[in-house]
Order: sequence, then C-alpha cells, then structure tokens
Amino acid sequence: MSETTALRLSARTGTIMVAFTVVFTALMAFTYGATKVQIDAAAADEKMKLISEVLPASSFDNVLLDDFVALGPTPALGLDEGGRIYRARKAGAPAGLLLETIAPDGYSGRIDLIVAVRADGSVSGVRAVTHRETPGLGDYIDPKKDKNKASPWIAQFADIKAADLPGCKVKKDGGQIAYHTGATISARAVTNAVARAARFAADNQDRLFAAQNGAKFAGTP
Amino acid sequence: MDIQAYKDIAWNGIWKQNTGVVQILGLCPILAISTNIVNAVSLGLATILVMAMSNLVIAALRNFIPYEIRIPVFILIIAALVTVVDLAFNAYLHELYLVLGIFIPLIVTNCIVLARVEAFAAKNEPGGSTVDGIAMGIGLTLVLAVLGAMREVVGSGTLLSGIDMIFPGMQPIVLFGDDYPGFLVAILPPGAFIALGCLIAGRNWIEARKLARAHAAALAAKAAEA
Repeated sequence: MSETTALRLSARTGTIMVAFTVVFTALMAFTYGATKVQIDAAAADEKMKLISEVLPASSFDNVLLDDFVALGPTPALGLDEGGRIYRARKAGAPAGLLLETIAPDGYSGRIDLIVAVRADGSVSGVRAVTHRETPGLGDYIDPKKDKNKASPWIAQFADIKAADLPGCKVKKDGGQIAYHTGATISARAVTNAVARAARFAADNQDRLFAAQNGAKFAGTP
Repeated sequence: MDIQAYKDIAWNGIWKQNTGVVQILGLCPILAISTNIVNAVSLGLATILVMAMSNLVIAALRNFIPYEIRIPVFILIIAALVTVVDLAFNAYLHELYLVLGIFIPLIVTNCIVLARVEAFAAKNEPGGSTVDGIAMGIGLTLVLAVLGAMREVVGSGTLLSGIDMIFPGMQPIVLFGDDYPGFLVAILPPGAFIALGCLIAGRNWIEARKLARAHAAALAAKAAEA
C-alpha cells in the first residue's frame, strides 16, 4: 500500500515539474521569437556604427556586411577559430579592408579588434570590440572607457601611412605609439595586433579582393 | 497586510537584513562589478527588477509548487524571467541594454535572488513579497554604490566615470587631477574585500553604539525608579 502511495506521489511531483518546465520554456521560446528581428537589426546597427568610426561611410558604397571573405584559423591575425574580412569598394574599385583580428596577449586574455586598412596600405582606424582589460587601468584601449575623451588613445591608429608601419610599436619597444604608464601590456598587445593585421592586408590585398564573396580564404603560407 | 507590515519589510531589506553587509550573500557579482559607481548602481538596478519580478511570480504560484521540488522550480522560474528580461531589454530598450546588458545574465549567479524566494516569497503573499524583493534590491544597490564610490575614488581618483554612457553629455568628476597615478589594489579584487570589510565594520559599529545607548537608557530608567 505504501509503495503505491510513494509511486503516485512521485508521478504527481514529476508531472508538476514537467508542467512548470513546459510553461516556462514556452515563455522563453515565445520571447525569443518575438524579439529576434529587433535584436538582429540592433546588432547589425551596432556593428555598422563601429565600422563607420574606423572607415568613413563616404569612402565606400557597397553593402559592407554582405561583402566578405571567410578565414579559417589564421595565426597571423590571432584568429584561432577563423573570422571574416569585409571588403569596402567604391564604384567597384577596392577602397579598403576591414579585418577582424585578435590580440591574444592582453593583460587579461584576448582582445578582439577590428582594423580598417585602406587600399593604399595605410591604417584608417582601429576599435576594440571586446576585451577584459583591468577597469580604470588597461581599459583605455576602448575609447568609451578612455578618460581622455578629446583625443583617446586608440585615435593614434587613425591614419598611419603605409611607410610608417614599421614604427607601429609602443615607444618602449622603439616605436611611435604612446601608452599609459603602468599599463603597457594592453597597449603593446593592441599595437602589435594592428601591425600584424596591416601587414596581412598588404600582403594579401589583391587575392582578398579577387576572392569570391563568402569564399573560404587561406592566407599566405 | 497593513502599511506597518510593508514598512517593516522595507526596513528589514534596506538595513536590518541588508544583503551586502549583514547576510553577506551574492558576493561574487558585488565584488566583481563594484569598481566604479556607474557599474555598481547599474547592476543594483537590474537586480532590483529581477528580484521584484521573481518574488512576485513565485509568491503568486507558491500554492502550486510542491515542497519537495521547490528549489528546481524556483531556479527554473528565475532563469526564465532573467532570460525574458534580457531579451526584452535587448529588443525594446537597446540603448539601456548596451549599458546594463552585461549585468543581467550575471544576476542568475547571485544567490540572493534564490535566497529571498526561498526565505520569503515561498511563504508570503505577492504584495509583501514584491516589496521584499524591491527593498532587498535597494539595500544591495546602496552597498554597491558606496563600495563602488570608495574603490573608484581611491583606485582611479574619479567619481561617476562612464556616466556619459547613460546620460550623454555628463562628465565624470576628476578629484585628484589627471596625473593621479591610481591605486591598483583598490581596483583589483582584494580592494573589494577590504572595502566591504570596512563597510561591515561601520555598520556593526553603528548597531553596537545604538545597543549601548539603549542599554544605558534602560539602566538610567531603572535607577530613576529606585
């Protein structure tokens, strides 16, 4: 008799648990479905805003986010899992490349960057997309966190001529890029990643622009 | 419930049972986020919202939840509510989401939400439970704000840095000039423990003084009687 009661109690409790799970999963699924369009649009907007900061919207006329080559794992850009290079064109002619790149050697792990390189090989701008550098110390690599709003640190990468790229190192390493004392590692990681990305863009530019849209691309060996 | 009962709940949450300095619950997000006031208060506001909602929903459903499986059901409900809030913020209040967004998933790791659901909402009616959630959240936000202010002033010599992300055009206050070198310990996790320790000591001191005064008053009353 007591066995039946235990069985019935478990069945009842189990049923209630399943009912709660179904109801609240349905609630989450409904919200996900109802918000997906807006969230995707907002994410694309966000990306375009970041892009327009490094590559002026007037310098290209194609739909940038739809014109890209896919990269497999590319050590030269720090991409362990692959990434994308977007191609900016003006009237069909190459205008610049927008590279996703990762600085693996930040103070607190990897720093995801976008680097815009013009067709003449000069760097047009850089932004940190995600990073975990120490708040208040190394996070000046993100202009939103930089205390100096008038000329944030990352603005040093706006317009570096191709001929000046060998100087794209922090001053401590003999280059031209200033940094904040006590937080050299964050600056050095970003600076070196920018130099690598610019070199990669210059070395592969013709093949990158010739590659088919969305095609898989392998860098120079 | 009458007004006095709500007042008691609110006072309990904000001072007597303050989550940050009395119950010492939910340390993980408190210590990680309180590097400046803006971050700290943002996390506090998101927590108030989630605690009010989870307390309300669970208090309303409390008679349908069997005692044996209450914890998994609570966790399910809290996680579902946080997900819904996260998605809704992202879609409809995107500007605010860019600032608060990273804090909302963090709330799931805050055991104070589950603790209040288990200790209060599961046994009380929805109205009182919602007030409890809000009051506990306000108590946490106050601790976070003070902690954030202490660490920010000592660590980077500013106040309200990042405020321009919430109110464009507002400038952070620079206290010690631009060449303040910063005090790294205050910004790193050990600084959070030290600052929180100071807050707990401060609250205990206030309480001890209050107790001593009440004691002295009682003695005086007795002496007057005699």
